Amino acid sequence: MKVVETRPDGKEAVLTDFSEINSLIDTYYAGRRDCLINILHAAQSIYGFLPAELQRFIADKLDIPVSEVSGVVSFYSFFSMKRRGKHTIRVCLGTACYVRGGKKLVDHLRKSLKIEIGDTTADGLFTFEIARCIGACGLAPAMMIDDDVYQQVAPARLDSILAKYKDEKGVEKA
Amino acid sequence: MVHLTINGKDISAEEGVTIFEAAKQNSITIPSLCNFENIHSIGSCRICVVEVEGAKTLQASCVTPVREGMVVHTNSKIVRDARKVLYELLLSDHDTDCLFCNRNQHCELQRLGRQLGIYESRFEGQRSERRIDASVSITRDLSKCVLCRRCVTVCNDIQQVGILNPQNRGFKTVIGPSFDLPIGSDSCSFCGQCTVVCPVGALKETDSTQAVWDAINDKTKRVVVQVAPAVRVAIGELFSYPAGTSCTGKLASALKELGFDDVFDTDWAADLTIMEEGTEFLDRAKKALTGKHTVLPMITSCSPGWIKYVENHFPDSLDHLSTCKSPHTMLGAVVKSYYAEKIGVDPKDIVVVSVMPCTAKKFEIRRPEMMNGGYPNVDEVITTRELAEMIKSAGIDFDSLTESSFHKPLGLSSGAAIIFGVTGGVMEAALRTVYELVTGRELPFENLHVTPIVGLEQIKEASIKFENVLPEFDYLEDFEVRIAVTNGLAGAKILMEQVEDGTSPYHFIEVMGCPGGCITGGGQPRSKDTDIRKKRMKATYEEDESLPIRKSHENPAIIEFYNEFLGKPNGHLSHELLHTSYTKRGLYNELTNERYVIDAAEHAIPKTFDHLSKVRPSGEETEDYSSQVLELKAKNAKLREELEDTLETVEVFRRIIVDMHGSNR
Repeated sequence: MKVVETRPDGKEAVLTDFSEINSLIDTYYAGRRDCLINILHAAQSIYGFLPAELQRFIADKLDIPVSEVSGVVSFYSFFSMKRRGKHTIRVCLGTACYVRGGKKLVDHLRKSLKIEIGDTTADGLFTFEIARCIGACGLAPAMMIDDDVYQQVAPARLDSILAKYKDEKGVEKA
Repeated sequence: MVHLTINGKDISAEEGVTIFEAAKQNSITIPSLCNFENIHSIGSCRICVVEVEGAKTLQASCVTPVREGMVVHTNSKIVRDARKVLYELLLSDHDTDCLFCNRNQHCELQRLGRQLGIYESRFEGQRSERRIDASVSITRDLSKCVLCRRCVTVCNDIQQVGILNPQNRGFKTVIGPSFDLPIGSDSCSFCGQCTVVCPVGALKETDSTQAVWDAINDKTKRVVVQVAPAVRVAIGELFSYPAGTSCTGKLASALKELGFDDVFDTDWAADLTIMEEGTEFLDRAKKALTGKHTVLPMITSCSPGWIKYVENHFPDSLDHLSTCKSPHTMLGAVVKSYYAEKIGVDPKDIVVVSVMPCTAKKFEIRRPEMMNGGYPNVDEVITTRELAEMIKSAGIDFDSLTESSFHKPLGLSSGAAIIFGVTGGVMEAALRTVYELVTGRELPFENLHVTPIVGLEQIKEASIKFENVLPEFDYLEDFEVRIAVTNGLAGAKILMEQVEDGTSPYHFIEVMGCPGGCITGGGQPRSKDTDIRKKRMKATYEEDESLPIRKSHENPAIIEFYNEFLGKPNGHLSHELLHTSYTKRGLYNELTNERYVIDAAEHAIPKTFDHLSKVRPSGEETEDYSSQVLELKAKNAKLREELEDTLETVEVFRRIIVDMHGSNR
């Protein structure tokens, strides 16, 4: 089962077949329907996102309607049906961060990345999201890139923070 | 038994029943919306909340079981106020263009508003965007949906098809197919059970009445109408007759009054179906018993929702389906060939309208297979509900109509045809004919009813042995036919899984897509009577027993038709006109390009209603006004704060002065 996806940069990417999630469902979750959320998490971490074909595959595998699977995927903001970037930026907009200028960070990132919340940059490097409190209220305004937390971020610092991740890409290219 | 007090009245109720049920048993009505007895109780709408002494919050009575010593108030001020707010919040995101709604005056939300005595809606806020999703069969109007989830229960738990489920979250929640697909492109079977339970105008059959009026008013067209068996035992309910009243005679008269040129009976074609299907079964049985290749079990094909279900879910087992078209498409095919020739009218000038208890029939007639000579067998399908609307709108007083009979020659039918409308009926009708053809004797059951397959159980089975057969059927001697009957797609799934596994013990299976059969099909009157199936079933069997001819092969109109036109059952002409093939669709319609979506623009709200939206204050004005208010409020708050600060400072200074004054002294 091969799936071709058109990436934001217009190139076509072949998603590998679903054998990995297939065997995971069999061995680890024993095909249990009540493990749907765990299975979706596993699938998203393997494939990066949950396209319709993958959701249908999981629905067939667990013998549940795909409308139930898509209901769960569309309910939780952590699940994404869009291809995600290499890194995920999450700006905290919990109460403390909001008051201390989280909104300014969001505005700045929207301009500098040229994307809206929930989207992925054209080069596939960043997915930009907001978070509802990451539990770092004392460090407000805070943001996360992947698993790294950045504290007391000022808009002026953003570019240098992002540059670190852009450099990585450069290194990879070389 | 549990003893409790409701509204000061001491009552006892069985353990496990809900407060709602206990109240109902004692003639206390609790207003409710999402609750649907015996089908759906999840307490989602909260309208049925009651005050339970000692409980912290109000309890949804439809999901709270009774307890010993419970003291319940269903009508206290706190309860009434809460219900009112809940109702108004429901309305705040409900499209209240009731005048143009198909459910106007028989809407449960409307009725509830009157019951609660609500004459205003205090909450104006964001509203869901108006979205209409029309398929050839079912139309969804999401701006009307109250998220009660009755349709979700029916689709997932009762029919087990699982097309409708909640999608997204919070304000954005919609009940719909996966990935926001239009329902016409999903693997919906179009059974329409969701349209029967929807309390509002969110789920309904796609309207065909206008097309029918247009045909009637077109003087160049010969408009032929036919009525399915299940319509006659249910339509009376829409004209205030008690459930289970058979209205065959009045129905025929009403159709004549409406201006149809020919009023035929689908029952005639049901008898024809038995001849064709019975012969097909005997043919398959003969092949199986004489070692030739054939496919058994054979499964009935009268229910188009069931057919679509098989095509979507079991596309590799289509050869188990009888090749017979459904009765009403057979009649359409006969009208546009045999009857057209008889009356000397070009089939292109004939419009065939079917009145059906079914929403899937609307899909069936759009299938490319249901055409002969370039013309669709049937042009329009209206449901029982739609026909009642047409009769009312034409100003026909149904009650005062005299009874009349259907037109000849396609109007005469047997009792076997009547029972096509109820689960087990097609099988019983087939056995009445097949058994007699094979043995020359009448089916050995009291009153011709095959009792093991009569009733509303999900799966019923029986076996009948052929003994002392006629010489031409000697291969059937001692053959025991094992049959199964199911109603509802959940039961069909069980039987089909056996077929796919090769473990099906049956030779002949009858499937009706709706629970109970056509009597409670997706196009039938909506009813909250928990005995509705039994009542309509009883009326059906009574009508069968009242007829002089009870077996399809004894119907003189059918005998004449074979003599005059077809020759013999399953002959060449039969195959051309009355038999069909099926389409592999696959669970996600991946095996076909056929889709049954109607362009949403066609069903958009006419532009002429634009002025209505202008009566309400337009969005811009509201925004201006509210932003001014907000600005003033903010200023006010700021001034208050400053004043408080100043007063505090004054107080501090006052104390200092007092202190200093004191120390100086």
